[in-house]
This record gives sequence, structure tokens and C-alpha cells, in this order.
Amino acid sequence: MTDTTVPAGMPHMHVPPVHADLAVAMTGIVKRFPGLIANDHVDFDLRPGEVHALLGENGAGKSTLMNILAGLYRPDEGEIRVRGGVFEPDSPRDAIAAGIGMIHQHFTLVPSLTVTENVLLGLDEPRFRLDLREYGARIAALGEHTGLRVDPDAQVWQLSVGEQQRVEILKMLYRGARVLVMDEPTAVLAPQETQELFRTLRGMTESGGSIVFISHKLDEVLAIADRITVLRRGKVTAAGIPAAGRTRPELARLMVGREILETIDKALVTPGPVVLEVRDVRASNDRDLEALHGVSLDLRAGEILGIAGVAGNGQTELAEVITGLRRCTGSIRVNGTEVANRPPRASIASGVAHIPEDRHGRGSAPNLSLTDNLVMKSYRSAPISRGWLLDRLAARRQARDLTTAYEVSAPSVDTEARLLSGGNLQRLIFAREISTGPSLMVAVQPSRGLDVGAVATVHRLLLERRGAGAAVLLISEDLDEILAISDRVAVIYEGRITGIVDSAGADIGELGLLMTGHAASDEVTAA
Amino acid sequence: MTAGTGTHRHWLPIGIRAERRLETPRWLPIATLAIGLLVALLISGALIALIGGDPFLVFRHILNASFGSLGVLSDTLVKATPLIFTGLACAVAFRMRLWNIGAEGQLFLGAWGASAVVLVPLLPPGVSPFVVIPVMIVAGVVAGALWGGIAGWLKARFGVNEIITTLMLNYIAIQWVRFWVFGPWSEGGFQLSEQFPREAWLPRLTDFAKAIPDFAGLTIHLGFLIAIACACLVWLWLARTRTGYEIRLIGDNPRAAHYAGIDIGRMVILVMLVSGGLAGLAGMSEVSGSVHRLQDGFSPGYGFTGVIIAYLARFNPFGVIVAAIAFGGLILAGREIQPAGIPSMIQGIVLFCVICSDVLLRYRVRLVRR
Repeated sequence: MTDTTVPAGMPHMHVPPVHADLAVAMTGIVKRFPGLIANDHVDFDLRPGEVHALLGENGAGKSTLMNILAGLYRPDEGEIRVRGGVFEPDSPRDAIAAGIGMIHQHFTLVPSLTVTENVLLGLDEPRFRLDLREYGARIAALGEHTGLRVDPDAQVWQLSVGEQQRVEILKMLYRGARVLVMDEPTAVLAPQETQELFRTLRGMTESGGSIVFISHKLDEVLAIADRITVLRRGKVTAAGIPAAGRTRPELARLMVGREILETIDKALVTPGPVVLEVRDVRASNDRDLEALHGVSLDLRAGEILGIAGVAGNGQTELAEVITGLRRCTGSIRVNGTEVANRPPRASIASGVAHIPEDRHGRGSAPNLSLTDNLVMKSYRSAPISRGWLLDRLAARRQARDLTTAYEVSAPSVDTEARLLSGGNLQRLIFAREISTGPSLMVAVQPSRGLDVGAVATVHRLLLERRGAGAAVLLISEDLDEILAISDRVAVIYEGRITGIVDSAGADIGELGLLMTGHAASDEVTAA
Repeated sequence: MTAGTGTHRHWLPIGIRAERRLETPRWLPIATLAIGLLVALLISGALIALIGGDPFLVFRHILNASFGSLGVLSDTLVKATPLIFTGLACAVAFRMRLWNIGAEGQLFLGAWGASAVVLVPLLPPGVSPFVVIPVMIVAGVVAGALWGGIAGWLKARFGVNEIITTLMLNYIAIQWVRFWVFGPWSEGGFQLSEQFPREAWLPRLTDFAKAIPDFAGLTIHLGFLIAIACACLVWLWLARTRTGYEIRLIGDNPRAAHYAGIDIGRMVILVMLVSGGLAGLAGMSEVSGSVHRLQDGFSPGYGFTGVIIAYLARFNPFGVIVAAIAFGGLILAGREIQPAGIPSMIQGIVLFCVICSDVLLRYRVRLVRR
């Protein structure tokens, strides 16, 4: 392999690629969306047998570029060659026919079908009679061969997220993919599952396959990639530089164009009285399976308690029982008032604010104005409510004040909420929730999917609440985030709190083990 | 790779690409509505030409027969009156994504309730119209509201699908009225009641012909003004009040509304009561203002047309007035052209085209060269 070494941060020099040797060569790709250029003359190439990381902030154009390769979008300009031949896909079907398979962040599996059925879904073969056993055996053999072991007869809903991801990969391999594009594959995985995924990917490259690894996590990129391409606002800032020897600050600078302050100032706050008292809470999830098996917690004023855990271990349900959105057994007291099984309004009235996990699906009304979205929690009281009537002027005034104070950038307060970017929408939700003056703030995945700047704002706002004497329950899958801003960390696994430790001096490896249920639990609960 | 699976599918040199719109300009809904209506006109015209008619003649005839003189305009507004009520009834419910398609049944119950005041009778004969009319209005509204409220309560309490319940309640309501006009209230064995006494009639313009001779023969009645007033009230309710805000919030995202602490079940019942009440008012206004008796089949499906009106108006109360008047004219003119067939087909084509034109609101459509 001959690397075209480009010094980091230098304008990328165009080296005419030898097409035939490359698995994929994209040159001069331009893709415009109304109001923005998602890809501005982007070059990207992929060699056989390598992991090429595509690094960038949210909205940098990584997914757009790969969606073009996978046949979901058409480029406005530019050329794609696959193994030397010109490639103009009209659909993902064309892409897969050329050996390119993309695995999206949100899986495209049918939960009630088996692994075999999911793998075969959408294929022309078998034409008529489906011998599940025969195909199951083939898929099992493929899994054995590639190290992607899953039970072909299991129904997808029974599988863990990591296993579901394996099914997605198998689906692509079964279709003959030689190039695998993975869009933020580790976002849903526990540390151990990530390691396992990396081993699988390594195995695939050793047998000649190529992998595009889309991510904004620097550590992972450094751990897995052979080469790295960095995108910033649709432009390439580093083209296929070798990963060996790169450092986090260097990559971060390429990504955001400025040094990120990775240390967070955490003022010393003496915790006050207990605000949230959770005792032996049990609750079912949407499928009527018990998701919380007797959770107990205490949270004090001026304290941030992080709940660490892999997605789907009861975090969503925990947030929902506290905010009155889900029924449960047991006791939940906020400032001494029982809120379990009371309507959401009771929880709001007793000072609970909620930054929901699903910003679009729960935290906002997409087609209503910013004003309507900002008064969702305050429209019942003066000055916005005047008896039966709503004072629209007061509502707009409050909306204008909040959008200014929290830097929600939008043309006006009449703009529809769906037009906001992720970071702006999250600032709006924070503005609304903080404006109610909460004594307890439940924040679920508050920085997920946000770019570096917005993440910093979210952390600052949570720490400000803590400084103002509120209790903050921070539920997150991002262990780094939890360790950076929480005072204590509780690990949740399969609906149980498997350990609570002080975040200062907590050991990531140990937490990772707790998060995956490999608990040496007695040692940790003692801490 | 260029060849691949791509080429053989594209037998036209030009393809259509639809891209999701990020923003909706303010003028766009009106423009798409106009496009939809234009296409509907073209298709209807083609249809008329196909069966040997002259489309231009037919369209001009429709205009003349519905808006051509004061007399027919008054008749059009009489036809439009129940449609405004039922259109509002549907619009209010649809705003909250509550699919009340039972306005027909609620209308029948409203008419029955209002008639009961006169036919039972609940008031002694000879009472002033200033008492009789308000009591009839209240009776009609309450009867319609309760009929709608049944479906609302079932949905709020047990999660029963309101489409099914409101649809089924229509049949019960229609048969219920049929029972009364065939039985207890039948006049001489016909399927209609006796005519209401004059004090139970909503005043018409023609009633004032003695003072103003030009009003002679104009049958437009007070119900039309009540309908306009209701449209204004519904608009105020949705746009300016707390519950109106809650309805809009639930309509846009019920999960967000639940999260904001809104009791959705309570709102479902409230909105079904209001929706049913408005439809009930349609029934009251029809028997008291136009038919002057309760009779079998007095509504040619005003409740179902209300669904169409609400859609055409994009759930806007003032839009409902416009759409209802247009449809009133079409119904009236339809009788002039042909007893059945083409006019109702035109109605169907209009609705179809307008609903299809919604795609243009959400997508930007482009032609691309292959």
C-alpha cells in the first residue's frame, strides 16, 4: 500500500487515483439541498481490504456522501467509479448489485420475522417455495465463516441490539457486498459489543472486503481505521490520511476547526436535601414485559446522578415513570410528594422538568410554531393564560425572550419547529423546561446526535441547573459524558441498578462490565 | 455498472423526481388548491365531453343555476347552511386527528331533539318563538352532542376506534328517527311528522316580504347566520383559547401533548361533544328553518358531505364557509342538470383532486432527464 500522505490541516492535494485498484473512487461529488450544500466537491476513495473512517460533526455531510454511494441520493455533480467502472446507482438495489451495502443507524429489520426471513427479505430468490431450513443452514454457515454468529431461527425482536446489527451485516454479506458502509455503528453498542464488532470488521477486511466507518467518535476512529477522511461543512479537510500516529486533538481540530475544550469546569456544589426518592419501582415496557425490576434511587439538590447503561435496559421506562408518562408500582417522591401513577401534569406541577429522549416524537410539535412549542409547559398560568383565553402577545414575548437567551436561531418565533436543526431544537426544549423553574430535571440522552458545539451547551446548561440547586437525573449511553458531568454514576442493566459509584475515580472498564451484566456486582455496590 | 439493473426500467427519456419540501411558503396551500380545482375542472369537462355534452355550456349552466340571481343564491345558501355546520363539526374533530364520520347520525339526533320540543310537546302550544327557538336549539345541540359523546367516551375510556363507532351510530340514529316518523309522530301513516307550528320556524327573509317586497320568495333563514357565527366561534376557540391550543397540540403530536400534561381522554370527549353539538345544530336548523317537520331521509347525506367540506377547507373554519357554499351551489345546480350521476361525480372528482394536490404541499416535484 502506498499512502498519499497529506499533512493534517493542509489543503488536500489531488493525486489522480488508479481507478482499477480502488474498490470505490468518488471524485468531485456535489450535492445541494435547498439552502445548503451538503457535499461540496468531495473526493473519497476506498481501497480493497481497508477500513476507511469518515469523520465529521453532525451535518458535515458524511451520511449524505454515503447515501449517494448507496444509491439513495443522486449527486448533482461528480463521478463514482466502482472497481474501475463508472457507477450511477438509481436505488439501493443497484448499489447492492455492485457489491455496496449500507447499514444505517436505524436498523431496517422486521422484528416479528426470523433472522433467516429478514436476510431473505426483498431478494428475488427463492422464487416460490421457501425452505427456511435450507436457507437457515446457509445463513448459519455464512455466519460461522465470517464470525457473525446468530441463531437463524430466532425472531429479531428477541435479539440484543448487537445481534441485530450482526443480522444487518449478514444481510449485506449474503447479497454479496464487498464494500460495507456503516453509519455510526457503535452508537447503540456497549463497549464490549463494540470490541466484538471491531474484531468482525477486521476479519472482513482480511478477506479482502472494504469498510467505510462513519463516526464522530475520535477514539473509535483511531482504534479501527486504516485511513481517515474528515469532512467539515460539506468540504474535505483531510483526505484519506493514514490513521497511524494521529492524535485526538489533531482530528478534533480538523473536524471543528477549533480546539475543543475537553475538560469541563465543574464547580463545587454541596448537595442539599433529597429531591427525588425512588423506592422499589417496577414497570412494564410497551411490549408488556417487565422493564424495571425494583429500582431504588436517591437524588439530592445540587447533584447530578448519571444513569449509565446500554440502550433498552429500562432507562426510558425509568424516565417515564418519574415524569408520569408510565404507570408503575412502588413509590416515587419529588420533594416529599408522591408522583408515581399521577398524571404528567402532577409531575410538572411538583417541579419536574423532562428533556425527553425523542426530541421530535415527544419533545416538540413539529408543525406548530416555536411560540406554541415554547409555551407547552407554561400556557396554563399567567401571564400567558388569561382565564379561558391565551394571551398571544405574552406568549410571543416569552418565546422571543427564550429564543434569545438560549440562542435558538430561527427566522422568527412563528417558524415551525420541524425546521430547526437538532442542536437548535434541543436548545428550545431546554429553554422551555428550564423556564418552568424545575427542582428536578430528568434529561434523557440530551446530547445524542448533536454536534460538538451543541453538546457543550447541553453540558453547560445541566451544570448550571446543578449550580442553581436543582437535582439532575442524567440518563445517557455515552459513558464519557456521564463521567464528565455527573457527581455519581448508577449503572442500569436489565431493569436493575447494578451499582452506584462516585464518578470521580470511577473505572471505565469496570463500569463497562456492569453495563453488560458481567457484574462483579458485590464489589461495586460496596463502593 | 452503468448498465446494471437501471436502464431497462426507464422507457421514458424523462422521469419525475419528488423531493421533500423543507419549507412551505404561505401562498402554497392556496396555489395547490387552485391547481387541484383546475385539474378537477379539466377531468369533469372531459367526462362531460365524453358523454356528448358541451362542458362550457354545462359549467355556465351550473354557475347560473346556483349563483345567477338573488333567488337561486338564496337557495344555494339554504343548501350550504347544514353543510357549514357539518363541515365545522368534522373540521373541529379532524384538527385533533379524531375521525368523526358520524356527523350524519349526530345531525339526525339533533333534528330529532329539536323536533321533540314541538312534537312531544315539551312546551305548551302558543309559546313565543323567542322561547321555542332557543329551546329547540339547546335540544338539538344536546342531542347531537350526546350522540357524538358516546363515541368520544368509548374512545377515551376503552380506546375503541371512533371511525367504527361514529359510522355505526349513524345507522342507529337514522333508524331511530325513522321509528318516530313512522310511528308515534307519523302524520296519517306517512313517514313524516305534522308540520311545525309557525313559532317553531326559524325566521326567513321571505317572512319579511311585507316590509321589504324584494325579500319575497327568499327562503334563506336564520340558520345561515347562526352557522356563520359558529364558524367565527370555532375559529376563536381553536386560535385563541387554552383548549384550542390543546386541540392543535394533540392534533400535531399526541405524544408531545401527553408530555405537556394534557389529559387526552378528556379532550377526546370534549371535542366529540362539540363536534356532535355542531352537527346536531345542522339537524335543528334544517327541520326548523327549511323542512318545517321531521321526516324520513330529510338529509341527503349532509353529514358525509361535511367530511369533504372539512377536507377542502383544510380544517379552517372560514374555509368551511367557502367550501360549503360552493358545494351548496353544486348540489342545487346538479338537480337542474341531472337528477343523479354527473353532479355527484364532479363532487367526487373535486375532492379526489384536492386531496391529491396535497402531495405538492409536501414535495417539490421536478422533471429530470434520464
